[in-house]
Amino acid sequence: MASSTRVTFPNKLLPYLLLAPQLAITAIFFYWPASQAIYQSVLREDPFGLSTQFVGLDNFRRVISDPNYVNSLQVTVIFSVATALIAMALALLLAVMADKVIRGKGIYRTLLIWPYAVAPAIAGMLWLFLFNPSMGTLAYLVRSAGYNWDPLLNGDQAMVLVVSAAAWKQISYNFLFFVAGLQSIPKSLIEAAAIDGAGETKRFWTIIFPLLAPTTFFLLVVNTVYAFFDTFGIIHAVTGGGPGKATETLVYKVYNDGFVNLILGDSAAQSVILMIIVIGLTAIQFRYVERKVHYG
Amino acid sequence: MTYRGTRLSLALGIMLASSTSSFALTEISWWHAMTGANNEVVETLSKEFNESQSDYKVVPVFKGTYPETLNAGIAAFRAKQAPDIMQVFDAGTGVMMGAQGAIKPVADILSMGGTKFDKSLYLPGIVSYYSKPDGTMLSFPYNSSSPILYYNKDIFKKAGLDENNPPKTWPEVWEAAKKIKTSGAANCGFTSTWLTWIHTENFAAWNDLSFGSNENGIAGTDVELKINSPIFVKHFQELADLAKDGTFRYGGRTSEAKQLFISGECGIFTESSGGLGDVIKSGMNYGTGQLPYEPEAKGAPQNTIPGGASLWVFAGKSDEQYKGVAAFFNFLSKTEIQARLHQVSGYLPVTLAAYEETKKSGFYDKNPAREIPIKQMMGKAPTENSKGVRLVNLPQVRDIENEEYENMLAGKQTAQQALDNAVKRGNAAIKQAIGQ
Amino acid sequence: MIQNNPIGRFIAHIILIIGIMIVAFPIYYTFVASTQSLQEIMRPPLSLLPGNHFWENYSAALFGGVGRIGGVGVDRLLFNTIVMALAIAVGKIAISILSAYAIVFFRFPGRMIFFWLIFITLMLPVEVRILPTYKVMVDLGLIDTYTGLTLPLMASATATLLFRQFFMTIPGELVEAARVDGAGPWRFFKDILLPLSKTNIAALFVILFIYGWTQYLWPLLMTNRNDMTTIVIGLRKMISFADADTEWHLVMVTCILAIVPPILVVMLMQRWFVRGLVETEK
Repeated sequence: MASSTRVTFPNKLLPYLLLAPQLAITAIFFYWPASQAIYQSVLREDPFGLSTQFVGLDNFRRVISDPNYVNSLQVTVIFSVATALIAMALALLLAVMADKVIRGKGIYRTLLIWPYAVAPAIAGMLWLFLFNPSMGTLAYLVRSAGYNWDPLLNGDQAMVLVVSAAAWKQISYNFLFFVAGLQSIPKSLIEAAAIDGAGETKRFWTIIFPLLAPTTFFLLVVNTVYAFFDTFGIIHAVTGGGPGKATETLVYKVYNDGFVNLILGDSAAQSVILMIIVIGLTAIQFRYVERKVHYG
Repeated sequence: MTYRGTRLSLALGIMLASSTSSFALTEISWWHAMTGANNEVVETLSKEFNESQSDYKVVPVFKGTYPETLNAGIAAFRAKQAPDIMQVFDAGTGVMMGAQGAIKPVADILSMGGTKFDKSLYLPGIVSYYSKPDGTMLSFPYNSSSPILYYNKDIFKKAGLDENNPPKTWPEVWEAAKKIKTSGAANCGFTSTWLTWIHTENFAAWNDLSFGSNENGIAGTDVELKINSPIFVKHFQELADLAKDGTFRYGGRTSEAKQLFISGECGIFTESSGGLGDVIKSGMNYGTGQLPYEPEAKGAPQNTIPGGASLWVFAGKSDEQYKGVAAFFNFLSKTEIQARLHQVSGYLPVTLAAYEETKKSGFYDKNPAREIPIKQMMGKAPTENSKGVRLVNLPQVRDIENEEYENMLAGKQTAQQALDNAVKRGNAAIKQAIGQ
Repeated sequence: MIQNNPIGRFIAHIILIIGIMIVAFPIYYTFVASTQSLQEIMRPPLSLLPGNHFWENYSAALFGGVGRIGGVGVDRLLFNTIVMALAIAVGKIAISILSAYAIVFFRFPGRMIFFWLIFITLMLPVEVRILPTYKVMVDLGLIDTYTGLTLPLMASATATLLFRQFFMTIPGELVEAARVDGAGPWRFFKDILLPLSKTNIAALFVILFIYGWTQYLWPLLMTNRNDMTTIVIGLRKMISFADADTEWHLVMVTCILAIVPPILVVMLMQRWFVRGLVETEK
């Protein structure tokens, strides 16, 4: 890693002072509440906190043995992978195309970054407005074309709908980063490869794609986090986790069990499991992916 | 830029000034979940109450959807920052009732304010839903409604059905729906909002069937669900069969199906009486009728049960605040206010006087649909099956029912399987919730 | 130059145009809906061209619909949202640049632990720890304050991670040269690092402004007073999921009002935004 040879300043106290504001905020608003969640995960409690009972790992046992939990784990994996892949692949395609054209570059870029500014809660609403079988115009058109579009009952269609909405919201962001990444690749490298006779596709996979690795890595982290957590507003607005439990992701289940159904112990146990999963994922991403990434 | 800045800071200044000038009043916070036009009603009521006297000031605050409001209230209670009044939806009633020590019965508060709580002044079907078995009213019914039948007269005409004679029983509904579909008068014959509240909880009460043991949970928290008994299975299998060719269309877990009716996609519709406003606004040619019943059920039609929400008061507030709450509830109970609420927003009146008043004014002659839910609820004295459903975790049980119904309507299981699963999962969830 | 055939470019244009259609359509469609009457919206299919109720709807939402959102005008909600978005953006950048600076340019015991402590916060959204977080806010008396709306959201790690990535690309010779010139850490930060980071800061500003603007669950829980909430919450208040009738045409107008300011920020700052990202990757 590049950091091991980095030149640094010798200073004992300063770095701690520099870190202090962020650490203070993180400790008060993040670690303290998170530790409370851990504490809550070993308790059985009524919603109002009027009676509390220590139950050890009972909540965890129940959560893990619940088939619905396994189901939401699967849903989360499918949803996150699909969302991240679609959002990144489409963004990369558009970025490569935008890099290629000579005229209208700025206009294209401007028109492609709109959805980035839309709140997930609003994005969910917009998609619902378009595709809800009850009132959506596009849903109406699809149905009149003879296709049985009914995400309210068809779990796969519901998944398609939430993935589309979630990916749609993220394309702009990824697009900008890929555009930036592409612009920073030295043209001379590509030209050299072209002189060597490498075709366009080959040039892309052997030169451009590897050089985009830092961007891709960063986006992978961001998109995974996004798909895991920030899509809550979308799922909440579009499917509410249904039909059945077809679009109930882990975070949605935490919310639903804790916030709607008020099963605090189970919900807290799920949060803790989620924290562990996420920390693990982050560690893997960081260790394995970053190692392969070039930092100029 | 500067202009806008000044205006904004001016607005800020005015706000600060107005908030300091009100220090002599006792503030009563009211958390609610009312959106759209109903939010306006909340604001107007508070304003009128505040202007009507000078001791108390009700401050309404929107806290999101019903579950979000309930949760915000619970979180606030745990943090010792509970509001004075909180609006809780029907399904949250069991949760609040289970919270002994966190809430203060409305009957007590009214007597603290100097008025004796007199049960006979209130509409029995509504008050019994929000009362303890011994009749003590625990929360103040704010917005109540009950499910009724709507139909599209134009579609009825096109399908060759009698537009002045809505179907009265479920078999009649199915027949009419099939006729609408096969005649091509509309793409779908029948749709409904809230399969849980209308087709399960109200289906049980209206047909005098048991929803669960222990008087549906009113006599005790330990409940075993009974919704897989034969008549339920028959009803849901009929729905599932009609769903196959689109004669019945599913619109979603809550009120989303309203859109299917308003857009003319479906000809017949069961929905809360509170949905009337939207139907009227759409400008369609509609008719209404009583909620259909199942002729095979012996006691049908019995009475329907209310939905909507009531106002709960938290414990641990000062006497002064409780007096303010009592004054506000008395204000809300006034006949003129109740009559207006009922006529404008479409909620059921809470007091009998408001109902009589409205009747006298000839309002129902012009708006027969407004009287249907009241008649449905007042027809017969409630039986142990029809006082309401009270589970400590009713929202969760509804979720479970919805999931099983959706899998059934998608053709993944039969009605028998769906209801058996719902009972099995529901019972387990209830056991866990009451700590067994 | 690399050979670039006209056919390839033509295909690129086509793909981009399709992409734009997909990406911009929902927003365009919202605009269309915001110019229709309520009856037209309620009966699909809706026209794909704007209707003729533009002035009517927009003036109703801006000047007539005050009562809709609890007696608070749309301007007040927009003001709150702007304050929230700005404070989060500025605060988070300040906090993050300092901690990223510490992590990259200093060696000290616990460096990696601190980095991970910050990095992990990237991962846990507010939804999963909402009750305890709310309690902390109440204990600190931060309900209904701008501090409560903004400070806790400054803690997440995105910005720190981004600055770290950028700082790691700064050649060591630069630090060496600075040290040879006798520049201390502060001068290095002020005279070299900050100017170098200018475009990065601009890019992050856009990202974080949007982040602050689009918050939903947090302002919903942290505010009890209608005059302290944001436009996104105000929007939600207008939509009825239960009994009440929803005035969809006005909802759509408010939707546009909630979307336009952040879109403007993105578009106006686009140049710096993209340049900032480019330089991050250098």
